[in-house]
Amino acid sequence: MILTLDHVTGGYGSKTVVDDVSFTLNPGEVVCLLGANGCGKTTLFKMILCLLKPRHGCVRLGGEEIANWSRSRMARSFGYVPQLHTPPFDFEVRDIVLMARASHLHHFASPGKEDIRIADEALDYLGILNLASARYTEISGGERQLVLIARALAQQAQWLILDEPAASLDLGNQIKVFHAIGELAKTGLGVLMTTHQPDHAFLYASRVVLMSEGRVLACDTPAMALTEPMLQIAYGVPVSVVEIGAHPGVKPGIKMVVPNQL
Amino acid sequence: MTTVPNPAATLKRGWFHRFQGGGILSLLALLAVVVAFASASIGSYPISLHDWWNLLRAPSADSTVQIVLLQIRLPRLLACILVGGGLALAGSSYQGLFNNPMVSPDILGASAGAGLGAAVGILLGLDFVAIQALSFAGGLVAVLLAWVLASGLCRRGDPVLMLVLVGILIGSMFTALISLTKYVADPFNKLPAITFWLLGSFASITQKDVWLAGIPIALGCIPLLLLRWRLNVLCMGEQEARTLGVNTRALRFVVIVCATLITAASVSICGMVGWIGLVMPHLARMVVGPNHKILLPTAAIMGGCFLLLVDDVARTAGALEIPVGILTALIGAPFFLFLLMRERRHKA
Repeated sequence: MILTLDHVTGGYGSKTVVDDVSFTLNPGEVVCLLGANGCGKTTLFKMILCLLKPRHGCVRLGGEEIANWSRSRMARSFGYVPQLHTPPFDFEVRDIVLMARASHLHHFASPGKEDIRIADEALDYLGILNLASARYTEISGGERQLVLIARALAQQAQWLILDEPAASLDLGNQIKVFHAIGELAKTGLGVLMTTHQPDHAFLYASRVVLMSEGRVLACDTPAMALTEPMLQIAYGVPVSVVEIGAHPGVKPGIKMVVPNQL
Repeated sequence: MTTVPNPAATLKRGWFHRFQGGGILSLLALLAVVVAFASASIGSYPISLHDWWNLLRAPSADSTVQIVLLQIRLPRLLACILVGGGLALAGSSYQGLFNNPMVSPDILGASAGAGLGAAVGILLGLDFVAIQALSFAGGLVAVLLAWVLASGLCRRGDPVLMLVLVGILIGSMFTALISLTKYVADPFNKLPAITFWLLGSFASITQKDVWLAGIPIALGCIPLLLLRWRLNVLCMGEQEARTLGVNTRALRFVVIVCATLITAASVSICGMVGWIGLVMPHLARMVVGPNHKILLPTAAIMGGCFLLLVDDVARTAGALEIPVGILTALIGAPFFLFLLMRERRHKA
């Protein structure tokens, strides 16, 4: 289902953090939301997830306004992967993933065999079924991130919304997580994620939404959106986009962003 | 993503492992029956196995054994199970709801409110049932006040944090009002009555009290037990729980109403019995893990057993009854320290 943001404006109190943002995203895309700290990425996510009411404008999924959807309908449409955190109780990994089933279950119900099968399938898909009985507080950061993605999968939603999925991961886990996300998009899932690394967008995104001070600077393919002047406006420092490993006429290289002054 | 099993993940915790499924519950239920049977047998009028046999073979309404059992011991036993189980259940639910293992059922001022209600009732010289009713109402009013104030103050920000802060405020305000009623109370009969009530005791429990408190406690426990799996989701924090499809505001409201019914009803029949709602959830979590689906029933059975045992000590240890609230604090506080030390050792 197509996700549409229609002139979304909002913030906290009288302060406007997100100002007149409009874009349309298609399922199967991997969309990276980029921008400096405090540019309104998290606030925009909150409005997409109905955690914060937009002051103006609206968010639509499949053409329908989501403002008055129930929490369980929201959860069946959007799987949210938050930034890493440590809960105060040492739940088992499988119990964490099973929480995804809340939106599919009756109020008084608890997960049954079918739900456990779905949770294990999600864990298996990400290659961490061996951690199912481990304690969530005792596994590594990369593993926890994968568990949270598995939980979002077990929600069986059409969209995945990820808040800096690579923020606390080492290089190997970053590559694994992005690979998994890319594979998921191929199955028809819509993916919207924030990242602080334009390089990630060049590598993995099919589209980029570049934000600055609450507004959309560019919404296009990585190559079109992440140009040197645009990046300089968004991040406030002069940078160069370089291409490495290109074989002219054979295959394009990988673009990277490097600072101008070292 | 790693294919190598994480060694930390398979680490067992000392002499406790985590028990799964219903096995531990049946075991605990059996233990509860044994404890209840033993508690019914001991006391200033001991009931031997022979007496039990005679009673079962030929029940007679006017035998001393039967009168002691039915009129005195059984109500007291039931009250201990209801209050101990109820407070442990309310405490476990609150620790999940507030996402904080240091929370007890009186965090929103329910005990202080109920204590004030009882103190005012005694001060006014009301009869026993009226004191209990006033106490119950006091607990509800305190929590209602906390809820309304917190909702009013919290237009944005963390509603859970605001509730806890306002609850602590209301609690300390009601505690000050209790002190005020004590200060103005007649020091020869009313002040000791208030003080004794607040210490917590099951000495004067009657059959009627069990009914009066049993109904609100049951009304509080049943929804908590039905909703218990959803409490897991709340442990992820307010916003994340909402994105997982939980109507957090409604769930929070139901849990608070239920826990308040339990706490206020408990204080209204036996005064302030502290520590159970804080310590029992920890003990239960240590045995069965944090999944509320099994944690809640486990904590409830443990709470009931614990209070039965403590009350046995209260009524048999000295020539005079020791107020049970003093004992739960004397046992509960060091026990809590022991649990914390164990947790530290395993985290290190």
